[in-house]
Amino acid sequence: MKINVTDQTGKKPTSHTEIPDEWFSWKERDTKALETVSRPSLSYWKDAWRRLLKNKLAMTGLVFLILLTIFAIFAPILSPYEVNKQNLPDQYQPPSSQHWFGTDNGGRDVFTRTWYGARISLFVGLMAALIDFTIGIIYGGLSGYKGGRTDSMMMRIIEVLYGLPYLLVVILLLVVLGPSLGTIILALTVTGWVGMARIVRGQVLQIKNYEFVLASRSFGAKTARIIRKNLLPNTMGPIIVQMTLTVPSAIFAEAFLSFLGLGIQAPFASWGVMANDSLGAILSGHWWTLFFPAFFISFTMFAFNVLGDGLQDALDPKLRK
Amino acid sequence: MLRYIGKRLLMMVITLWVIVTLTFILMVTIPGSPFNSERGTNEAVQANLEAHYNLDKPYIVQYVLYLKSIVTFDFGPSIKQPSQTVNEMLGRGFPISFELGIITIIVAVLSGVTLGVFAALKHNQIIDYVAMGFAVLGISIPNFVLATLLIQQLAVNIEWFPVARWLSPAHMILPVTALATGPMAIIARLTRSTMLEVLTQDYIKMARAKGLAPWKIICKHALRNALMPVVTIMGTLLAGILTGTFVIEKIFAVPGMGKYFVESINQRDYPVIMGTTVFYSAFLIVMLFLVDIAYGILDPRIKLHKKGGRE
Repeated sequence: MKINVTDQTGKKPTSHTEIPDEWFSWKERDTKALETVSRPSLSYWKDAWRRLLKNKLAMTGLVFLILLTIFAIFAPILSPYEVNKQNLPDQYQPPSSQHWFGTDNGGRDVFTRTWYGARISLFVGLMAALIDFTIGIIYGGLSGYKGGRTDSMMMRIIEVLYGLPYLLVVILLLVVLGPSLGTIILALTVTGWVGMARIVRGQVLQIKNYEFVLASRSFGAKTARIIRKNLLPNTMGPIIVQMTLTVPSAIFAEAFLSFLGLGIQAPFASWGVMANDSLGAILSGHWWTLFFPAFFISFTMFAFNVLGDGLQDALDPKLRK
Repeated sequence: MLRYIGKRLLMMVITLWVIVTLTFILMVTIPGSPFNSERGTNEAVQANLEAHYNLDKPYIVQYVLYLKSIVTFDFGPSIKQPSQTVNEMLGRGFPISFELGIITIIVAVLSGVTLGVFAALKHNQIIDYVAMGFAVLGISIPNFVLATLLIQQLAVNIEWFPVARWLSPAHMILPVTALATGPMAIIARLTRSTMLEVLTQDYIKMARAKGLAPWKIICKHALRNALMPVVTIMGTLLAGILTGTFVIEKIFAVPGMGKYFVESINQRDYPVIMGTTVFYSAFLIVMLFLVDIAYGILDPRIKLHKKGGRE
């Protein structure tokens, strides 16, 4: 079969070859088959979950965090040792079948204390993320949605708070308020919510001009309802990623503060306290007192970081690099 | 440009004022006078002391005096070591901390950028995976954990480096490594991702088509543009390095500002804590300001007067 071919000189085609009609046959158009959906439809969340499942590193992080949570809940209950009770004859026992992670300077079981520390770290991390989330979406949502003068006023406040050095403010507050679990969480969230508010505002600013928001408003929906029902569900992706990344920074801050002596007070266990206590011990070779809390701080932060990265890729495939 | 600088300058002054006022409110809120010690001072002595430090005046007068002392850069004496003023401590400690900080930043930027560029050039190859694995580890391991591990492995076990103190270049290696690893990892990841983006741009293809040497393309055309995001996060990194010096100086017994700060926290020496916090905050806020201005000058694409700073 020959089709019109223009030759290289650009002249008109010299000859046509006719294609006989009987070469073609009419195919029945199956309107029903056209309408069937061959695969089950995937919602945004299902699709994101599927992408996350494929990300091995992020899944490793997720599995580690689930295991960590289970151990943090049950290990201190099931352990035969008390968390804070000193037992000096057993000081600095290396890891053995009795003390799986060895014992520390007070003869306390490092295994039990590590999981107890996991409770503190996870609690501080999750609470900080939750409070940041609550304040951040209310403030950022309002600022972005109202726009105009309200927005620029609210953003000025954010700019000032954003300029404050985070850990210095936290240290200052803790010095005055006195160290305890509650004050640590308070201090971490006093300026911590600013990042979340900025992200929510940016998102809301973008989405509020879409037609479905206009439609909702024309049906008479109130501001609170529009923010809650239209805007927030559509900003969830970046918010979740931000929350996942808040947790490790809060865990780091708690460990850092405990290490400075401003966090959870000894004899109560947190990973930072344990690391601080073992500073002298490792010089004399009792490596296990530092190794286990250090390992779990690092691995927990690692897990949250890779999970956050994975979630970012999964929830916002456009940004994928 | 000038308008933008003016606006940022105003913002900076407000931020400084907020931190100074916050410190003052916190100082006033602390229950009891700083001179309530367990030994119980004579009432007349205490009244004298309070008069000496203007603590008997109304809060508003104290506040004005406090603002004045801050503006004139006089943070007063230490309560626990009355022979020393906070200024003397700053004068003695800050140069050392500054040295530690500067070396750390240089090391972090140089190694981070190099690592990021190599990872981007060998995208999805072994070098890329190794570099990025290293970077994720660097972000995850807290600096104080890394510091103790380094001491235990390299100073105690195999005795390559001195355990602590700040006397010779050999003393600097471990603290700088511990402090620089985190920022280095962040810079490496950022450089890699922006480098990957830049390398697909048309002007890189153009440069390649013209037959420029690969190193020239990378250094002159790609890297210059890829480094812009690194400049934007320098402020955050500076804050991290600065607070990092507290623990690093504590662990390595470096006689810098961080050591005084941690000691003052443990002894609840309020004037020192407040003075150092204000000083550090001011330092950081000015640094952030400079980073912002530098960013504006380096990247002509940004219309400074329209957008409000780093976004």
